[in-house]
Amino acid sequence: MIKFSEEKLKDIKELISHYPEGKQKSALIPLLHLAQDENGGWLDASAMDYVAELLQILPIEVYEVATFYSMFNTKPVGKHLLEVCRTGPCMLNGSDQIIDYIKEKLGISEGETTTDGLFTLKPAECLGACGYAPMMQLGKTYREHLTKEKVDKLIDELRGQAKN
Amino acid sequence: MGIKLLLEHDKVEGIRYYDAYRKHGGYRAAEKAFKMSPADIVEEVKKSGLRGRGGAGFPTGMKWSFLAKPEGVPRHLVCNADESEPGTFKDRYLMEFHPHLFIEGLLISSFALGSNATYIYIRGEYAWIPDILEQAIAEAKNNGWLGKNILGSGFDCEIYVHRGAGAYICGEETALIESLEGKRGNPRMKPPFPAIQGVWMRPTVVNNVETIAAVVPIINIGGDEYAKIGIGKSTGTKLMSACGNINKPGVYEIDMTISVEEFIFSDEYCGGIPKGKKLKACIPGGSSVPILPANLLLKTAKGETRLMNYESMSDGGFVSGSMIGSGGFEVFDEDQCVVRHTMTLARFYNHESCGQCSPCREGTGWMYKILKNIEYGKGKMSDIDLLWDIQRKIEGNTICPLGDAAAWPIAAAIRHFRDEFEWHVLNPDESQKRNYGLAHYADPIHVAATA
Repeated sequence: MIKFSEEKLKDIKELISHYPEGKQKSALIPLLHLAQDENGGWLDASAMDYVAELLQILPIEVYEVATFYSMFNTKPVGKHLLEVCRTGPCMLNGSDQIIDYIKEKLGISEGETTTDGLFTLKPAECLGACGYAPMMQLGKTYREHLTKEKVDKLIDELRGQAKN
Repeated sequence: MGIKLLLEHDKVEGIRYYDAYRKHGGYRAAEKAFKMSPADIVEEVKKSGLRGRGGAGFPTGMKWSFLAKPEGVPRHLVCNADESEPGTFKDRYLMEFHPHLFIEGLLISSFALGSNATYIYIRGEYAWIPDILEQAIAEAKNNGWLGKNILGSGFDCEIYVHRGAGAYICGEETALIESLEGKRGNPRMKPPFPAIQGVWMRPTVVNNVETIAAVVPIINIGGDEYAKIGIGKSTGTKLMSACGNINKPGVYEIDMTISVEEFIFSDEYCGGIPKGKKLKACIPGGSSVPILPANLLLKTAKGETRLMNYESMSDGGFVSGSMIGSGGFEVFDEDQCVVRHTMTLARFYNHESCGQCSPCREGTGWMYKILKNIEYGKGKMSDIDLLWDIQRKIEGNTICPLGDAAAWPIAAAIRHFRDEFEWHVLNPDESQKRNYGLAHYADPIHVAATA
């Protein structure tokens, strides 16, 4: 069960004030982003209920939104979500090979998480980085012009961070 | 060098920040606009001939003039920054590197439309850009360009950044409005149009990022001058997102007079195709517009040089033309497989269908399944006709244009590359080892002499 800090609750109050009075539901998607970050990268029922309570809306109104948008994970994910784009422009530049390489390197299939809980591979549809293909989204950042070497380096780096 | 209106100061260091932007003429258009009446600003935009840069190309000034203005009801400008059309990344570039140009455009447009609370709906995946925009908004506010009584005009304006969460459909304006209200991105039935009942049932204008940015040069140079740039109804400049198999992928500003050939092969733009390979095909305006083989891309069916503008790109209709759309320009070299590419697009639309209308929800799934079979050597000849049949049943039968957007790329791929599909079906084993290649797709087209 998550609970936002006082500071975050203040930010949320400010966020809600961006929308007309009585239209606080408009803050739902921004709040779900915050809740997902707080909850280890995914939304369970209790996190969604908490958001419903904060916005004074019904839990079902939150569930139906959380399940619609692809950035919300309703199942647990690894510490690092590797979202590799595979739509047309990335495909022309070898995204299929990058996805296969990650699968082989981490020993997981699409949608799976490594046994150490560090990585989840989630193929994604166009992320708007077509000129810098192939690419993946990692947290708030984009990793572009991917090569096998760059994937190696990135995974080593993230594994290193986990050890420290 | 062509005329640059949006990316004129692209190379100026620190243009992302207020001081450099202001020093290079930034907010001069806003100063000018606040001396004009809102109606005069709308008039300038009408005169400019600016067409919506999100893809549909609807005249912006006309869209603005439809906005209802009932007494006592707030109206809103909502900026569509939910850029998700495969092949398109120009709005990201503008927001990331020219945030003040964008904010200035929003300010002028908000003043013209009477929007005291303006929203930027940005796709959730562009997660680092809201910070850039919020910094620019704070800088603008500190310098008196936002907030209360701007420049003593009595006009108040706040700009808020609102993050989406990964849904292509939210680029459709009524889905975007639903999403901004905290709901699933299901498009609304029209009418009522957003100009009458949009977000929170208030009159709303939804405009693309590039459209908003273009308002700045329009005010600076005047609508008439802006309309002199370009050809015909393709006025001003257009940002192109160039990607695929080219030497210099990136965002380019073009005045719409250059040829497609120049755009692909000149060093000023895409710089040609890597490793000296040949051009096979191109999707010139984002994944929803028809793919064209090289021969129909460079020249129209009448044998005329095809230009990078709305009219020339759509010359020949869907039979032999395409659209400039969102400006997502994707180039295929001779080694690429059109069948596989079409399969990725079918998967994309299947993933992004909101599920509200059955032709789109079911049809996109069927098209993906059939294309997967053909791509992986399990297709039948009748599958090609079946695909054609399904896309015909989606087009025009859905609430929003996502259905059309899903149908068109498949129709065009079959129309122009049918023999590549047939080759996959007839050579199931070989097609797993190699691609069909260039075939005849770059051969000159015979133009029949007119009587």
